[in-house]
Amino acid sequence: MKKLLRFLKDYRRDSILSPLFKMLEALLELLVPLIMASIIDRGIGQGDTGYIVRMCLLLAALAVAGLACSVSAQFFAARASAGFAARVRHALFAHIQTLSYSDIDRMGTSAMITRMTSDVNQLQTGVNLTLRLLLRSPFIVFGSMIMAFTISVRSALIFAGAIPVLSVVIFAIMLWCIPRYKQAQEKLDGLLRRTRESLSGVRVIRAFCREDKMVEDFDSQNESLTRTQLHVGRVSVLLNPLTYVIVNLAILLLIHSGAIQVNAGTLSQGQVVALYNYMAQILVELIKLANLIINITKSVACGNRIEAVLETGGEMTSPQKMPRIGGDTAVAFHHVCLRYGRSGADSLTDIDFSVKPGQTVGIIGGTGCGKTSLVNLIPRFYDVSEGSVEVDGADVREYPLNALRRKIGVVPQNAVLFHGTIRENLRWGKKDATDDEIYDALQTAQAKSVALEKGGLDYVLEQDGANLSGGQKQRFTIARALVGKPEILILDDSASALDFATDAALRQALRALTPRPTVFVVSQRVSSIQHADLIVVLEDGVVAGMGTHESLLASCQVYAEIYASQTRGEGTQ
Amino acid sequence: MSKKKPGVSGRTTIGKVLHYLRKYTAGMALSLLCAAGSVVLTLLAPILVGRAIDCIVGAGEVDFAAVGVLLAKTALAVAGAAVLQWLTGELNNRVTYRVVQDIRAEAFRKLQSLPLSYLDSQPHGEIISRMIADVEQFADGLLMGFSQLFTGVITIFGTIGFMFAIRWQIALVVVLLTPLSLLVARFIATRTYSLFHRQSQTRAEQTGLIEEMIGNQKTVQAFCHEQEALEQFDEINERLEDCSARATFFSSLTNPSTRFINALVYAAVGLAGALTCIATAGTVNPFTVGQLSCFLSYANQYTKPFNEISGVIAELQNALACAQRVFELMEQPPQSSDTDNSNLPPVKGNVSLQDVCFSYTPEKKLIEHLNLQVHAGQHIAIVGPTGCGKTTLINLLMRFYDVDQGVIAVEGEDIRTVKRSSLRRSYGMVLQQTWLKTGTVRENILLGSENATEEQMLAAAKAAHADSFIRRLPQGYDTVIGENGCELSQGQRQLLCIARVMLCLPPMLILDEATSSIDTRTELRIQRAFDRMMEGRTSFVVAHRLSTIRQADVILVMRDGRVVEQGSHEALLQKNGFYAQLYNSQFAP
Repeated sequence: MKKLLRFLKDYRRDSILSPLFKMLEALLELLVPLIMASIIDRGIGQGDTGYIVRMCLLLAALAVAGLACSVSAQFFAARASAGFAARVRHALFAHIQTLSYSDIDRMGTSAMITRMTSDVNQLQTGVNLTLRLLLRSPFIVFGSMIMAFTISVRSALIFAGAIPVLSVVIFAIMLWCIPRYKQAQEKLDGLLRRTRESLSGVRVIRAFCREDKMVEDFDSQNESLTRTQLHVGRVSVLLNPLTYVIVNLAILLLIHSGAIQVNAGTLSQGQVVALYNYMAQILVELIKLANLIINITKSVACGNRIEAVLETGGEMTSPQKMPRIGGDTAVAFHHVCLRYGRSGADSLTDIDFSVKPGQTVGIIGGTGCGKTSLVNLIPRFYDVSEGSVEVDGADVREYPLNALRRKIGVVPQNAVLFHGTIRENLRWGKKDATDDEIYDALQTAQAKSVALEKGGLDYVLEQDGANLSGGQKQRFTIARALVGKPEILILDDSASALDFATDAALRQALRALTPRPTVFVVSQRVSSIQHADLIVVLEDGVVAGMGTHESLLASCQVYAEIYASQTRGEGTQ
Repeated sequence: MSKKKPGVSGRTTIGKVLHYLRKYTAGMALSLLCAAGSVVLTLLAPILVGRAIDCIVGAGEVDFAAVGVLLAKTALAVAGAAVLQWLTGELNNRVTYRVVQDIRAEAFRKLQSLPLSYLDSQPHGEIISRMIADVEQFADGLLMGFSQLFTGVITIFGTIGFMFAIRWQIALVVVLLTPLSLLVARFIATRTYSLFHRQSQTRAEQTGLIEEMIGNQKTVQAFCHEQEALEQFDEINERLEDCSARATFFSSLTNPSTRFINALVYAAVGLAGALTCIATAGTVNPFTVGQLSCFLSYANQYTKPFNEISGVIAELQNALACAQRVFELMEQPPQSSDTDNSNLPPVKGNVSLQDVCFSYTPEKKLIEHLNLQVHAGQHIAIVGPTGCGKTTLINLLMRFYDVDQGVIAVEGEDIRTVKRSSLRRSYGMVLQQTWLKTGTVRENILLGSENATEEQMLAAAKAAHADSFIRRLPQGYDTVIGENGCELSQGQRQLLCIARVMLCLPPMLILDEATSSIDTRTELRIQRAFDRMMEGRTSFVVAHRLSTIRQADVILVMRDGRVVEQGSHEALLQKNGFYAQLYNSQFAP
């Protein structure tokens, strides 16, 4: 949390002025009961009307001054907290852009989004409240006590007793309730999950006529939630009556001891009224303080989580200079092993092959066999654990990351498109692509007709391309990768939503490209890769076979099995 | 989105809320009584303290006996107020939480009876947010409104009453000045509303960008788009900083300004009170220092309920808006009742579709005049490119949707005349989008037939080729799957779904073959399990596999949601239409 405070640096002045003004306001407030006491003792006691008017005008003047102070305090606090939050958000966003794929995997995108949104918002509220209240509330509480001491030591002792008792009660109740509120929240999440489940599974539930059972299940969770809420409620409603009783008990003691002191002539009637007023102020401020502390605790937790994000990463370095490239292999794997993070087993083991420019490589195998891991090494999304990957004869780790990735067009497994026009989306592949270049890419990707049907390049895609079908999305992502005319094209199971006819047409169009890129096709379908120049068959991260379709059918049992399963019935008749 | 029906105004929403509260009339009445009592006692305490102060005039002039009595009375009043306060809170909690529980339970029941046409057309997040977030907001509003609105109003009237009883002239000062604080609070609230609105809009815009870019961070990096993303982000971020600072500042003005008005009232009461003290000294009805102190403490407390009430009213309005959203859900027309319908006769597997027409929206015609006779034990393959609407047929067969025209009959009975449960129980369904409920593997397999024995369940799992992988799970059949549970692969999930159907094994089947993302070996297992289930059963199979397609008795070829061709493999090939084109493209280079 401490390191985040550097983002307040630009607002140092505001963050000092805000609490200062707050304290000034509190000080003015503390004077009020004293003035009232002298109005009673001197004004009323001696019948001095002029004094009363002067003192009341002073009270009004104090009110104006107090207002000016607190408005300034709020202003500085608002400016500092909003600016602080904006700087934290900027730093987070910029930092996340530099994270490696491994970091992203480890952290999870939804966690990062939470860090950037609700965590930062909570932090902003925390900073704002802290600047405004952290000094004010204790100042009033202890100020009241100190004022009481200046009036009468004996009465002030009642303050010294009441304040700790009040604090203990307030904090005990809050500390007891907070974890139980969390429990209630968890049960509410349980309800939410059941509701979501009953919607996502509505067909299955109705097919099995399980509606009643779902209701029963929901009811019991609902009852359990209500019980928890009532349980917490029973204690939390104690807060107000208990503190009320304590404060009034203290007031009774104050009056009692006041009566004795007044009788003895050591205290005046007005001073008793002043003490009474001070006691009334304490309660409000203590409750504010307790809420503030809870808020700060939450904010600190958020701040620590944010800091953790800012501190991760930096493990992948990107050289500044281009390496020397050349030779007649486009991509080469030299005895590559890959192990993710802390997982014990290799995801890829001893992968070794090379590809000439313009060749097409098919990579096939079951789920989780390492196909995607393998192609992810080419644009250096991950670093190899052993061995090396070379592009154009140079180790990928010697390239500046951007330079390497611009050579490569990637079509990821799940087709991601962004909110914006078709043109904007396609320009991700090449920042300054002309419409002709874009249409060429769409043509190759079998997406030109879709784009025209939708009304051209200005058609606005919704977030995630929600207004496109799965197959259309895939074709657009393929086009996006093609716009930059990459030397290497990676298609990671990116034709799975295409029907066979479109898939075939796409393959044909890719072959017709000039200059022909080196293409990696990852697929589960034999038909998508059977015409490749080289087919790599993976099983559990190990190469189970390598060669052309015909040679693999004869020599590689895994490949033959896959082929048979997908064309079953064909061979037997 | 949900259309706003005429007549669903705020008032009727209140009426509906009251309807839910009816059960708790006694609790509410008692709570109001306790609240009234506690307020009166709370207001009495400063008066008693004031009187005690009046008995403490100066050195040697303290009436200890009177002070003692007054302090004892104060103690009683305080104790009584505290007990009543506590009771009010407790009662309010009970009423609120129970009402909310009732509403949620009813809403969930409603979900189970809503037609799929409604559920499919609503974003699920929207429905969930109505049931969870809106109800929660409603609870908060109700609780706050309940406890604060009523006590606030009583406090205001009580204070006015007590003050006027003591000295009406000074009471007038308080009553005339305090509305100022309301005006100021309202002025600030209306100003801040638009600022807050802009802040939340900008925030939403930024969150959208964050979700898009960070959510797809890998794609952003793959295309070296980091710099552009950051620029786009910073532009919004700057705007957000600006409007956030404004909104925070203006909204935080409420407290200082009401405190300011309060301080002015305090000074005015002090002035008027002190002058009255001097003027009335020695008369029969003197205004005493104790009474002044009582007025001062009232003046301090008096604005509080006003401020709270304006907050509470906003909160209540919000709560009502939320309640209305929940009620909108509950007032959706449910699917037609089938309680009077009979059960299907024993099903052999004869299904007929006669002149069936169906479309989701009137503008886009889908299935038109479809005729199909399926005899017991026949296999029907449904083929076509992805997204061609193969699920539409499943929707109709299972009566998730009703046909627009024509009749679907099972064993000669129009399916609209039989109980949905009896129709659905005669189908076993395995969809590609597997759905498993959060729970153990066992619970999931038993989903369709709770009363099956352990042996039957194991047999079904074995028949579905699921037994071996289940045994390898950390806790075997008791492994919890689903959210926060054990992750299963797509293929394993499908095997579990098959086991589920295998256990009850109805006379007819609806199967959805997997396309991709399942590894070869699991796929072989699924295929074998499917074959075994289909033996002798009428089956509708959304087919991707040549073998299934070629062995089917009838192939329905679908395109763009319509059945374009129908017939056997050979007949369709001969026809040389869309099916032939599809079939040939699969093995073309």
